[in-house]
Amino acid sequence: MTTAIAVKDLTRRFGSFTAVDSISFDVQSGEVFGFLGANGAGKTTAIKMLIGLLAPTSGDASVAGFDVATQAEDVRRHIGYMSQRFSLYDDLTVRENITLYGGIYGLSDDVIRDRGDSLIRELQLDDSRDERVASLPLGWKQKLAFSVAMLHEPAVVFLDEPTGGVDPITRRQFWEMIYTVAERGTTVFVTTHYLDEAEYCDRISIMVDGRIAAMGTPTEVKQKFGAATLDEVFLHLVRPAEASHAQSA
Amino acid sequence: MESRRSALRAFVVKEMRHIMRDRQTLTILLLLPMVMVVLFGFALRDDINQVRVAVVDPAPDYATTALRSRFAGNPRFEIVGTARTIDGVESLFRRGGADLALVFSPGFARSLGDGTPARLLLIGDASNPNTGSAMTAYATAVIASYEAELGAVGRRVRIVPELRMRFNPTLESVNLFVPGLIALVLTLVTALMTAISLSREKERGTLEILLVSPLRPWQIILGKVVPYLLLAVANVVTALLAAWIVFHVPFRGSLTLLLVSSILYSLVGLSLGVLVAAVTSSQRAAMLAAVVGTMLPSTLLSGLIFPIASLPGWLRIVTFVVPARWFIVIARGIMLEGVGVRYLWRELAVLTVMLVVLLVAAVRRFKPRLA
Amino acid sequence: MKVRTLRFLLRKEFLQILRDRTILGMLIFMPLIQLLVLANAVTFEVRSASMYVIDRDHSSASRDVVTRLTGSGRFVPAGSSATTREADDAMLERRADMILVIPANFERDLVRDRHAPVQLIFNAENGAAAGVMTSYANAILASSANEFGARINPTPVARLSSDGSLVPVPGHPSIDLQRRGWYNVELDYRQYMVPGILVVLVTIVGTLLTAMNIVREKEAGTLDQLNVTPIDRSTFIAAKLIPLWTFAMADLIMGLIVARFVFGVPMLGSLTLIFFAATIYMIGALGIGLWISTVAETQQQAMFVTFSLLMIYLLMSGLFTPIRAMPTWAQWTTQINPIAHFVALMRSVLLKGATMRDVAQHLLALTGISAAVLGIAVRKYQKRSG
Repeated sequence: MTTAIAVKDLTRRFGSFTAVDSISFDVQSGEVFGFLGANGAGKTTAIKMLIGLLAPTSGDASVAGFDVATQAEDVRRHIGYMSQRFSLYDDLTVRENITLYGGIYGLSDDVIRDRGDSLIRELQLDDSRDERVASLPLGWKQKLAFSVAMLHEPAVVFLDEPTGGVDPITRRQFWEMIYTVAERGTTVFVTTHYLDEAEYCDRISIMVDGRIAAMGTPTEVKQKFGAATLDEVFLHLVRPAEASHAQSA
Repeated sequence: MESRRSALRAFVVKEMRHIMRDRQTLTILLLLPMVMVVLFGFALRDDINQVRVAVVDPAPDYATTALRSRFAGNPRFEIVGTARTIDGVESLFRRGGADLALVFSPGFARSLGDGTPARLLLIGDASNPNTGSAMTAYATAVIASYEAELGAVGRRVRIVPELRMRFNPTLESVNLFVPGLIALVLTLVTALMTAISLSREKERGTLEILLVSPLRPWQIILGKVVPYLLLAVANVVTALLAAWIVFHVPFRGSLTLLLVSSILYSLVGLSLGVLVAAVTSSQRAAMLAAVVGTMLPSTLLSGLIFPIASLPGWLRIVTFVVPARWFIVIARGIMLEGVGVRYLWRELAVLTVMLVVLLVAAVRRFKPRLA
Repeated sequence: MKVRTLRFLLRKEFLQILRDRTILGMLIFMPLIQLLVLANAVTFEVRSASMYVIDRDHSSASRDVVTRLTGSGRFVPAGSSATTREADDAMLERRADMILVIPANFERDLVRDRHAPVQLIFNAENGAAAGVMTSYANAILASSANEFGARINPTPVARLSSDGSLVPVPGHPSIDLQRRGWYNVELDYRQYMVPGILVVLVTIVGTLLTAMNIVREKEAGTLDQLNVTPIDRSTFIAAKLIPLWTFAMADLIMGLIVARFVFGVPMLGSLTLIFFAATIYMIGALGIGLWISTVAETQQQAMFVTFSLLMIYLLMSGLFTPIRAMPTWAQWTTQINPIAHFVALMRSVLLKGATMRDVAQHLLALTGISAAVLGIAVRKYQKRSG
């Protein structure tokens, strides 16, 4: 077991506002790590630093063994990313999206064709392979985006709120896809605000006001706060923060 | 009623605050008129101060030298080169290095002495027809006065025109543009901004929220429109100040009438903006439609820069539906001619009719959403 | 830059552009409309003026003057009266652009003193137009006077030639002045403007569409997706610029065809030179679009910034009004204005047949400006912010 993601004292400031305040954690390879927190707690900022979209103000982070600040290009070659808005090209077809990202990640034409075909088969998109992504229902778009993110078989995949707006059945199917790739050894770093999904993760962390307020397996976290569900833990942590916000406003 | 009125007031205040907070756009909206006035004023001029002359003098003599010195000594002309043959002139013209060429024929002075016509060729760069003919005319005048001094051609009969240039004695182009600039600025602030703002709310869905609130539809439109109206009036004042301070553009008529007309024109612009927002389906389309449908005609087809009289017939007819065209006549009338409603009532009437038509169309378009 | 990655990206870009109806419309129709409408609208040509006549002499001489003026087609009769009051009204109501006043004793003065005055009162709001009409009037008045003089003076020192000018009888010094206009012999204002409009066309496609294209990806979130991949910056930028460069060139070709066959603009110089210059110019225009995409968050902002910038550049470029009429400081700014250089180059090559040597200065300036602009824009575009 190697460390897939190592974060130490990672900080990001915007002027006088500190969005991410000296967070530290490790993620082992093959883990499914849930990165939770209320809106505005700093989750997206943190994830952007890990995938190389935002430069840290201070602190260190390494992903797939490469330093985020100095080896950004190497990091990018070894990670996959699926953003909140699924980030496929709506006006390109299913096949064209697959070909595009395959080519961008340097996969050969044969590999692109083979992996693309099996991907389409698994997602049961055979009939829609030449249709524009815009015409797919939301759940399919989301599953496709995930598969495309995995096309080049990265060591670590980052998923930013991947299940927003879909029905529970599709969410369940999505998480099965996540388990499948995790079993194959891919590290999955997922942010979500659905607390029931948090229970599916191997370990979770909860961010409040830029800091990590809790970390561990779901069971450990619940025990630590004496709560029966993660919901309660969340409320316990987030309410005081909101109260103090209201006071200072 | 009481609650409706205070709701409206709260709404207007909220809209104003909204605009104030968007500092970027606000700065642009306040500064742009002044920048445009100064820019237009300096950049859009027709008068060439210096005509560059190339001289071809194969056999210089006292007469050619004398005539050349007339040009050299005249501040309006600048001799940029001399050559023996005409070939050198061609490349000079192509490079844009000269505007005119004076080509003397050999034996110029001898011909003058003989009484045979002394040949002189004046070549002008006519690629720009206006300046081409103007510069040729200047040169012809110099040559003619030299010829007259030679004790020339009998006692010619002359009709002497006395010129009077009314409303713009200095013939400065900036006086022509500034009234039109006010129209352009108003169009920008009213039609364009309203279209963008309303279509943004439409796209975001916040318009729906407004529509189910206790506010009546006309109150919503009013609330959205009043802040831009105030901004428009502020812009008229700053544009006028800039024009007056920097360029000394005259203002001979009634300021009140100009402000009232500006408000009328702004209302037309605002109705246009509302209509554009109502008929387009996205913000991007709204902006494109607003630019193409309001800004461009206000610049090109309103007589702002390019005189309407210069347009071909079919385009001249098109300008009848451009509101800016009518407002510019009013603005020029008030500022340069100093006239009042007596001579401008027709244009004011046209604008009023346009306002009514546009308002009705805009309200009609919004009705289905409200029902 | 990896060529293979570039290939994949180019395929995506071309597919996206060809599938976007709005952009296609802008690529095809906008230039056409621009050419057809703009070329007819952006003209300062002065054709005629409406003239109000106050004739206080009622002589054959005065009537002759009026007939000559109105007969030339340049002065359209707008009414006549004996009082200035009505003339003033006509001018204020914009029924008359100018007033001609022929004083009493006009003919008598001509015969007795060999000169007589007339008054020309112009609505000079449009100073340039007033100036042009003045020179037309001067010419007509001069020929009218010449003919009158030739008639009343039977043994003249000069005689009237067929075109109304005076040909001196030998024995007296005279200058035979021949005037010639080079380029644009029909004095068609459109020929002067169309080369410039082609520049506008190409610029809008290059700058606006580049900016909107990149900002659209920003809005959709696909830009983030691309920034997370191992694509390097220069490959990405090349993939964005090359397709639009292609379309801009296509638009230029279309524009040149229309210019030649609809407006009759001569193509005296080398078209290769034009395309060469256009390529260099486009790099700069695309670079500006790239720069705009880094400062705009939405497509509306991109449009707004582009149009504002373009408006300023266009106004100060000598496209509409001559550069040499601007104040000195403004003339200096045209040195770093790529539009000014390209417009001058287009006009020289198309209308005057200029060669590469003739426009070398403009080519050098364009190269420098484009390189600088592209450099700044590329530097500013970062995959990682902060």
